[in-house]
Amino acid sequence: MSPEIFKLLLQSTGQTLYMVAIAGLIGSLVGVPLGVFLATSGRGELYAAPAANKVLGAIVNATRSTPFIILVVAIIPFTRLVAGTSIGTSAAIVPLTVATVPFVARLVEAAIREVDPGLIEAARAMGASPLQIVTKVLLAEARPGITLALTLTVVSLIGYSAMVGAVGGGGLGDLGIRYGYQRFMPDVMAAVVIVLIVLVQAVQSAGDMLARRFDKRSRPR
Amino acid sequence: MNTVLAGNPPAPSILSRTAIAAGGENRAEFAAAGASAKNDRMSVPANAMVSFEAVSKRFPANRSSAEVVALDAIELDVPRGSVTGIIGRSGAGKSTLIRLVNGLEKPSSGRVIVDGVDVAALGEDRLRDVRRSIGMVFQHFNLLSSRTAYQNIALPLEIAGVDRRVIEARVTPLLGLVGLTDKRDRYPSELSGGQKQRVGIARALATQPKLLLSDEATSALDPETTRSILALLKQINTELGLTVLLITHEMEVVKTVADQVAVIDRGAIVERGTTFDILSAPKHETTRALLAGLPSLRLPAFLAEQLRPEPSAGSRAVLRISFAGDSATQPILSRLGQVTGVEVNILAGAIDEIGGRPFGSLVVSIAGESKTLAKAEKHLAGQGLQTEVLGHVA
Repeated sequence: MSPEIFKLLLQSTGQTLYMVAIAGLIGSLVGVPLGVFLATSGRGELYAAPAANKVLGAIVNATRSTPFIILVVAIIPFTRLVAGTSIGTSAAIVPLTVATVPFVARLVEAAIREVDPGLIEAARAMGASPLQIVTKVLLAEARPGITLALTLTVVSLIGYSAMVGAVGGGGLGDLGIRYGYQRFMPDVMAAVVIVLIVLVQAVQSAGDMLARRFDKRSRPR
Repeated sequence: MNTVLAGNPPAPSILSRTAIAAGGENRAEFAAAGASAKNDRMSVPANAMVSFEAVSKRFPANRSSAEVVALDAIELDVPRGSVTGIIGRSGAGKSTLIRLVNGLEKPSSGRVIVDGVDVAALGEDRLRDVRRSIGMVFQHFNLLSSRTAYQNIALPLEIAGVDRRVIEARVTPLLGLVGLTDKRDRYPSELSGGQKQRVGIARALATQPKLLLSDEATSALDPETTRSILALLKQINTELGLTVLLITHEMEVVKTVADQVAVIDRGAIVERGTTFDILSAPKHETTRALLAGLPSLRLPAFLAEQLRPEPSAGSRAVLRISFAGDSATQPILSRLGQVTGVEVNILAGAIDEIGGRPFGSLVVSIAGESKTLAKAEKHLAGQGLQTEVLGHVA
């Protein structure tokens, strides 16, 4: 592998990390509260708002049922509005974030619904406000589940980011397609695959470790 | 420790309006107590810690079920400083009843007065303050798995916005009270069921409540652990002067800790009184059925199998004679034989005690026809003994 290609590999890795980090961060900042809302706004629940719950749930489903590559192209006007351009690595963060929010929201919703309703009842009996129930009970108890949800999100984002080459987003996937595939450079393809595998492994291991540390449910001594 | 914990001075157990119903020989005495309490009610509204006044709870019909009347016109007082037990089978409405006290459920009609305040009429904000003065213990403990024993006990104080140092000063003696000082930093998954419930009890006491609600607190525990948890509840009741309202489906629990008991069946209170009166002289069929579960009253299997509801030629009647108080020490059986000439055969029996008073039952069989049986029953009734014909054996 030539030094130029190696440089390209480094650059692409940097782009992938940049896109995944920013999209993951913003997506989580919006997605986690949205997930909490989805999990607590059903009929008779903590923040009961069945209508809002239904509408948001429908939007989340719509976004999630759109294949990512279609979403990238379909929201180009929105991307231009937010990023000023629809081409390039920074612009690619917009569709990545838009796809991340509902993904995180559904996973967080599921993690929170796993929390024993008895704990909510106990907290209510203690005189906890709905906000206290969310912060002190739901988020605290769902922390291992939420950690795993965010880990899965980052892993999926690494995969999604390979598709944004279509709009000039760059990144490892783009490198693999343009050099490895179109220019018949199997060594580049192999390198891209190896870097992706290492990245995903690292993220997954770190996430698993954190989740285990947070999980006090079964730790025989 | 008591200086930290004792939120309320121990109040005398006052027998009030409906907490005591007529029971056996003490009927007149209780009726008098009931009447005076009723008259005092206007001037001293807070003689009961909890009063249910004509409380009904209906769950409206929905797609899958018709309207359910969970509670129907409940009238019940929980005397201050007492341990009051509500016993019933599952589905009888007892869970709904206890949840009305801290507003986790709202009644469809009626008032639920807790320490002078109608909690049914309170909004969520005021209700939160009231809940902080009521501790609750749950069947499945409901401890946060992500918090240590210490942190679980501290939770209600954090919720109430108590200062960290005050929390430390409050939680440490509570760990001592429930005997878990050495488990302070253990997570619930590292504790046994009994230890978890001790954490649950300490947590319920953290805000120094005046009332402790126990929702089947021992139903998930083995008999030995149950005894130790019940002893702890009783200790809290006597040492801290805390009123305890517990619901259970086990008569053993009521027998062990409750001063007062109400029997609930299909949403209505069918019998109530002091534990001794109810257990030694049960009136209602449901009470009898629940009592049959008591180890000391359980019929031996060989006998239960042979019992027939109707007499047949040459069969013997099987009778349960219940002893209470003084009569437990009288030689009633030999006297029964002498006076009536009936031949009595002892099949099973046990003596137990409730609140230090002896109480027991003998299962005997009597030969002869219905006339003899009636004579024996009459004689025993004359002695102030309760009898119940269980059936007939060939």
